[in-house]
Amino acid sequence: MEMRQVLAAELEKLMAQNENIVLIDADLSKPNGLAGLKSKFLERAMDIGISEQNMACIAAGMSSYGMIPFISTFTPFATRRICDQIAVSCAYAKQNVKIIGTDPGISAEFNGGTHMSMEDIGVLRSIPEIVVFEPVDNNQLKKALPQIVDYYGVVYIRAFRKETPDVFDESCDFDLFKALKIKDGEDLSIFCSGLMVHETLLADKELKSQGINAEIINIHTIKPIDRTAIIESAKKTGVVLTVENHNIIGGLKSAVCEVLMEEFPVPLRAIGINDKFGQVGKMPYLKEQYNMRAEDIVNKALEVLNLKCK
Amino acid sequence: MDFAQKCNKIRQMILKTIGNLGVGHIGGSLSIVELLVVLYDKYMNVNPKDPNMVGRDRLIVSKGHSGPAVYSILCSKGYFPEDWLLTLNKPGTNLPSHCDMNKTPGVDMTTGSLGQGFSCAMGVAKASKIKNDGATIYTIIGDGESQEGQIWEAAMFASQQKLDNVIAFTDYNKMQLDGPIEEICNITPLDDKWRAFGWNVIVVKDGNNCEEIDAAITLAKFSEKPSMIILNTIKGKGISFAEKAGAGNHSMQITPEMMAQGLAELRGEA
Repeated sequence: MEMRQVLAAELEKLMAQNENIVLIDADLSKPNGLAGLKSKFLERAMDIGISEQNMACIAAGMSSYGMIPFISTFTPFATRRICDQIAVSCAYAKQNVKIIGTDPGISAEFNGGTHMSMEDIGVLRSIPEIVVFEPVDNNQLKKALPQIVDYYGVVYIRAFRKETPDVFDESCDFDLFKALKIKDGEDLSIFCSGLMVHETLLADKELKSQGINAEIINIHTIKPIDRTAIIESAKKTGVVLTVENHNIIGGLKSAVCEVLMEEFPVPLRAIGINDKFGQVGKMPYLKEQYNMRAEDIVNKALEVLNLKCK
Repeated sequence: MDFAQKCNKIRQMILKTIGNLGVGHIGGSLSIVELLVVLYDKYMNVNPKDPNMVGRDRLIVSKGHSGPAVYSILCSKGYFPEDWLLTLNKPGTNLPSHCDMNKTPGVDMTTGSLGQGFSCAMGVAKASKIKNDGATIYTIIGDGESQEGQIWEAAMFASQQKLDNVIAFTDYNKMQLDGPIEEICNITPLDDKWRAFGWNVIVVKDGNNCEEIDAAITLAKFSEKPSMIILNTIKGKGISFAEKAGAGNHSMQITPEMMAQGLAELRGEA
């Protein structure tokens, strides 16, 4: 199932349960899979046209009235285009606004460079008090949404739009603010997020065949980051690889480095977009272009293992 | 106390608030005094003892730099003690330059980044419609602020959503920080613009006249569209040194001597 279908189904459930939840789209309700909610919630699901700045502030105003607004658009328009509205009217004003950004990083595919946000996490992570969450798959998104509704404050949901391979099953259970260990290991720590978790698991098969036992931890909430999980794992393995679908400046790598440089510096390497703009292409091509394939992860893991203090 | 006496009192409070600090946004504070007095004396359904009262009317001052005027009217209504006014922009104050809903009782939205408060007000108005609580949402924008594209996004939204519970005001004092608006980025014809965006437009010839403002709000209450009341005001109105400074009064230094002179003028002693 596509992630947008899960998003729509879960939002529908939550909106039926909680009459304070509202949904605001800015002319992308169809691509984001949310158009159907407009006929189900005539007053509370609205499309306000192509006006993202307005959308963020409409949401802030509705939040000040006790409502829980979700706003939805593509990642670049949900973040870099409206970061002042998010910073001032939503975050600084302490409003309860939830921001859904879809098509993160290379997943924007044929929408190309203009629509391919490599910096959205960095943009929002540098604004105080904003929670940044990136689901790995449908099951994780499903389990996260009720937690996001229960949490008061601005949350950015960096969602994939289309079909995505399952990493977790329906029984998956996790705390929004705690990293999720997928696999124990002792040779190196791999911290990964979003759609790159699946790629990391593919890489892990090859690492295993080479006798390398990696510890794999999913950082679904990049801010506030689970410092304890990162430090504990780094202490155990002594070497770290981060894997993300984002510029390696400002995203997961930066967040992990900020923790480790203060608490427990170890050799670290990163897979991600190496400070480049996006381009059109399908995912396999883009993964190759930006060195984000499983084989790139394996090579980078071997590289960082060589730096391990013996 | 009649409208004129109340306005005089609020002007004195604004001058003391800014004068005590020595610098502040006096021009755009003085230009909206009459509007604030009419709103809080006659129209706003609010309760200073319960600033977060459910279903209350709201005022969102999108030109958030008019904080000193907002604080003076709120203080005069009993939202907080008068000695707070002497803390403007001092460390730990509840009264920052720009309005902050999490710091000041009675402030309904955090504003200051221009254009945003107006959008927020439309969100508040939409929420009030959903809750069907009958509140009126008042909001004030600056004329310079009308250069922000976001104002017009929100204007279309209000029209589309039929937000007849919105009564907005433009403080049309013809000045912005850098100089006269018509020399920087002209916004005329302002009334036609709002009409074209589907709003009920009322132009108040003297926006520093309480009776004219009162009549305009009464008229707006009958509108089936969101209303924009354009107030032709004077930036720095009521204190001679501020009026004379023109665009220079957006944020200006005020010495103890200037404060004394201004207060004497307002008290009719000069």
